Amino acid sequence: MIRFALGRLASLTASLIVASIVIFAVVEVIPGDPAAFMLGVNARPDTIAALRAEMGLDEPLVSRYAAWVGGMVQGNFGVSWTYKTPVATLIADRIWVSLPLAIYALTLSTLVAFPAGIYAASRRGGAGDTAIMGATQLGVAIPNFWFAMILVLIFAINLRWFSAGGFPGWADPWAALKALTLPAIALALPQAAILARVMRSSLLDMLGEDFIRTARAKGLTRRQALWRHALRNALIPVLTIIGLQFSFLLAGAIIIEQVFFLPGLGRLIFQAISARDLIVVESVVMLLVFTVIMVNFIVDLTYAAVDPRLRARA
Amino acid sequence: MSRNLIIGAGLTAFFTGLAALSFLWTPYNIEVLDIPNRLLTPGGAHVLGTDHFGRDILSMVMMGARTSIAVALVAVGIGMGLGVPLGLWAAARRGSLLDDLIMRGNDLVFAFPSLVIAILITAVFGPSAINAIIAIGIFNIPVFARLTRGAALPLWERDFILAARVSGKGAARISVEHILPNIANLMIVQGTIQFSLGILAEAALSYIGLGAQPPTASWGRMLADAQTLVSIAPHVALIPGFAILLTVLGLNLLGDGLRDWLDPRLRVVRT
Amino acid sequence: MTLLTIKDLSVQIGGTPVLQGIDLDMAAGQITAITGESGSGKSMTALATMGLLPQGAVAQGQILLDGTDILQTPEPALCRMRGNAMGMVFQEPMTALNPVQTIGAQVAETILIHEQVTKAEAHARAAAMLERVGLKVAPTRYPHELSGGQRQRVVIAMAIAMRPKLLIADEPTTALDVTTQARILDLLQGLVDEFGMGLLLITHDLAVVADVADRIAVMQHGRIVEEGATPDLLRAMRHPYTRALFAASARAVDLPPVPTDAPLLAVRNVVRDYPTKRLSLFGPRPTFRALNNVSLTINRGERVGLVGESGCGKSTLTRAILGLEPVQGGTITVDDAPVSQGDHALRRKMQVVFQDPYGSFNPRHRVDRLITEPFHLLDNPPKGEDRAKAIAKALKDVGLPPDAAGKYIHEFSGGQRQRLAIARALIVEPDLIIFDEAVSALDVSVRAQVLDLIADLCRKRPLAYLFISHDLSVVRSITDRVLVMQAGKIVESGVTETVFANPQHPYTQSLIAAAPQLPELAYAADAL
Repeated sequence: MIRFALGRLASLTASLIVASIVIFAVVEVIPGDPAAFMLGVNARPDTIAALRAEMGLDEPLVSRYAAWVGGMVQGNFGVSWTYKTPVATLIADRIWVSLPLAIYALTLSTLVAFPAGIYAASRRGGAGDTAIMGATQLGVAIPNFWFAMILVLIFAINLRWFSAGGFPGWADPWAALKALTLPAIALALPQAAILARVMRSSLLDMLGEDFIRTARAKGLTRRQALWRHALRNALIPVLTIIGLQFSFLLAGAIIIEQVFFLPGLGRLIFQAISARDLIVVESVVMLLVFTVIMVNFIVDLTYAAVDPRLRARA
Repeated sequence: MSRNLIIGAGLTAFFTGLAALSFLWTPYNIEVLDIPNRLLTPGGAHVLGTDHFGRDILSMVMMGARTSIAVALVAVGIGMGLGVPLGLWAAARRGSLLDDLIMRGNDLVFAFPSLVIAILITAVFGPSAINAIIAIGIFNIPVFARLTRGAALPLWERDFILAARVSGKGAARISVEHILPNIANLMIVQGTIQFSLGILAEAALSYIGLGAQPPTASWGRMLADAQTLVSIAPHVALIPGFAILLTVLGLNLLGDGLRDWLDPRLRVVRT
Repeated sequence: MTLLTIKDLSVQIGGTPVLQGIDLDMAAGQITAITGESGSGKSMTALATMGLLPQGAVAQGQILLDGTDILQTPEPALCRMRGNAMGMVFQEPMTALNPVQTIGAQVAETILIHEQVTKAEAHARAAAMLERVGLKVAPTRYPHELSGGQRQRVVIAMAIAMRPKLLIADEPTTALDVTTQARILDLLQGLVDEFGMGLLLITHDLAVVADVADRIAVMQHGRIVEEGATPDLLRAMRHPYTRALFAASARAVDLPPVPTDAPLLAVRNVVRDYPTKRLSLFGPRPTFRALNNVSLTINRGERVGLVGESGCGKSTLTRAILGLEPVQGGTITVDDAPVSQGDHALRRKMQVVFQDPYGSFNPRHRVDRLITEPFHLLDNPPKGEDRAKAIAKALKDVGLPPDAAGKYIHEFSGGQRQRLAIARALIVEPDLIIFDEAVSALDVSVRAQVLDLIADLCRKRPLAYLFISHDLSVVRSITDRVLVMQAGKIVESGVTETVFANPQHPYTQSLIAAAPQLPELAYAADAL
């Protein structure tokens, strides 16, 4: 198990290094002179020079890269050119909207998808199965930001149960959760639909396996065989999907924040793009990629906990 | 032929037809603003009403279909065109350093969701439809590479491949003659699913302004413009949304229907 | 005392009858065997008795276990009976166990389902049962850590944990090697004696049936064609199908004499190492030696057999001879030229026929394209008219009509596919064919026909082959010389009859002792 974890850790580190090189190359090498790019065509030469100095652009590429990565490891993401504030502070303020939103949505989606998928699989071909599969077919096809707009139209504008947008901060956790509820539902619905479908088909696959027949021959009922034997085996592909979904949820959160005017990473990154604040863009993107890689690492470890065959393999 | 296949093919044909028709004819010219006739409700001269600039929504939806379908189609083409050969190559050299490199590369790309790639490209090159195509296309490469490799690996263990090797055929020839025809169905079905995901991704990117830019019409853009009007003129926000929903639904049903029709045992990945 | 009575059992699936009018009585403390070829309804009878018929199956008649009619028993009561009054062992031990649960927990589950006992007690009893079935590993192990034979012991322990009156074993040893098979059959016999349960043994292997069963039922097309006490049935064989079945199992073919002593294939001191999983992150990768200094020769027109159990290196040797895998030492030559991937002229001298009649052909190509694939080895492959002639001749040689050329592979039965595989091998007129378990997946009657075909081909022109099989009786009937392989080494070789009659190496002796024997049959000669 420890060897398995160490092996995954090594490949995680390698992924992070390559990812950082890619991001660095796109943001700081491809534009030629990032300082001139950030300031636009009308910038005065002395302003550009000042920015170049501040970004350390006169250093060779390798040491600039090393400085960037070294800084990030110590929690120093540089200073935003437009906000004149450390990027770490900007991110820290906003991550407390985006991350809870993604987790909230993941929880909702799992809570809905697991029972729906299990129910549909256990009633294969029945009316419940058909209804759930039909609903997931719609759920998969709905663009989440449009669904968000419809939620606003119904629950905020017409029914006035929720506010149409904005975020009150975590001082009042209840109010904060309430503000995140519609966005989380909008994010969760398509993911829940996918997850329920995967759960169902994975369970049905497992129910066709020989060991289910063995379990039935032991005297287990269909239901017992499903819960005790099929479910844990079916979780393996389901976990993969959950891991992949987290990156979609994080990305989706950035979009949904636009619908609900939430002060999260999405807002930060779009302002940074329009202000050409590359320092912010590169750090936020690196953070997103880091999160995705970390989540997949955790999923790999969970795999090994579920499946003894993986534990044995280094 | 299942019901899924018929409904799916019908919806797909309808929206593809709308897109194709837009090259020849649209009810109104969407580049002409007609402010006095803004926010008309559906019916009358404008079948689906008009938007806040008085543009005909049906014409916008037709032009938007063109953008969405073109972007998603080219992006899936990129993903298939690069992903399938990479997957075949990795499977042919399974267990080698090359296989490892291709698969690690795939894992790495998976850490960059389309949106993140789009953010990176936009930050440096500015937003455009090409930008959306590249962002969605890059993300599609590992999807197809993995699927191809996964489907090709068990085939390489089959006796008929050994028989081909005994007949002196090399890895490249076997990949084309024996592996490809046996995974083609899976690729067609997955291609349909990726196409639908591409439509959704394109809509999302143009909604947040990272995709096609005005005056090019796109469904995501129409939704972004309609957002503030949702309480006054809900139809402006509802119609493009339904266009996306129905197109994606149609493609998904088509994919499922094709799978059941071609080979019910195919494993398709949805994320 | 009658334990199980099946009366006029009929089963239909989707309107198609799969069982018709089955009548069977079996007593406690006895082994009753149901035998027959694939599709005869053996397994369906077993599943019906367990009340585990597939969905959509409609059963009529009676299945009385100790007076309780299984077909009339509601599902909850059936669940209480399964694992308790009746247990079942399946064919494929590799997939019959839940991969994510320990073996101890899976055996204990049988007890926990049926009895109100503490977990600790159930686990203790499970451990005792695992010991009783002769498993020498800890109950905390997972299935993937066990061999096929060990897993089958776990499945048996699960089935008998509640000491059921009836144990059904559906092809319990078919997936196992002969020596393992012998031990598992011993175990089952011992359990029948000790627990006094009735064993319903489903198997296609007539030698096993004749060896262990007290009574035999022979099935064909969903009916029992003959049933009786083993000695009576073997003596009488009233039904022609029974006779044909036994005759086909004992099929001996006539091989023409070997023409010359000219060497064709020479394998000298070949070593093949596979890298295995790393034990440490650094340092060299450990290797597994699949072929250890293997040497053999095959003369022109000579028929050589190779026997050995799974994992002994038979398949690796096939691939090495065909030049599909590199070797780490030694040489392989054909007509004194070394075998290599690129040398087409040399490679056309060797072709191969594989085991699996379903996996040997690309399902997307037509037969003409499939069987002419080796033409790739020729500098000037026949085209147009010549190609059509070559195809027709190859099909005729293996007893198939010329119009087979335009069909897809799914239109053919297993036996026909093996004929096509032979046609594909013959089309470039090779000097040597490797038959890699080529008849192992076939039913006995089809197998007999394919063996006849091979002998026929040998009479038409001198054909050398290496016949690889785990089935000793087949090798004995179709080869001149035999090699015995164990753990990557050839431990014995010699003239086939001599080796079988008087084995020298202890491993050969154990193989021959473990293989169940068909009884000498008076009818064998005139039945076909």
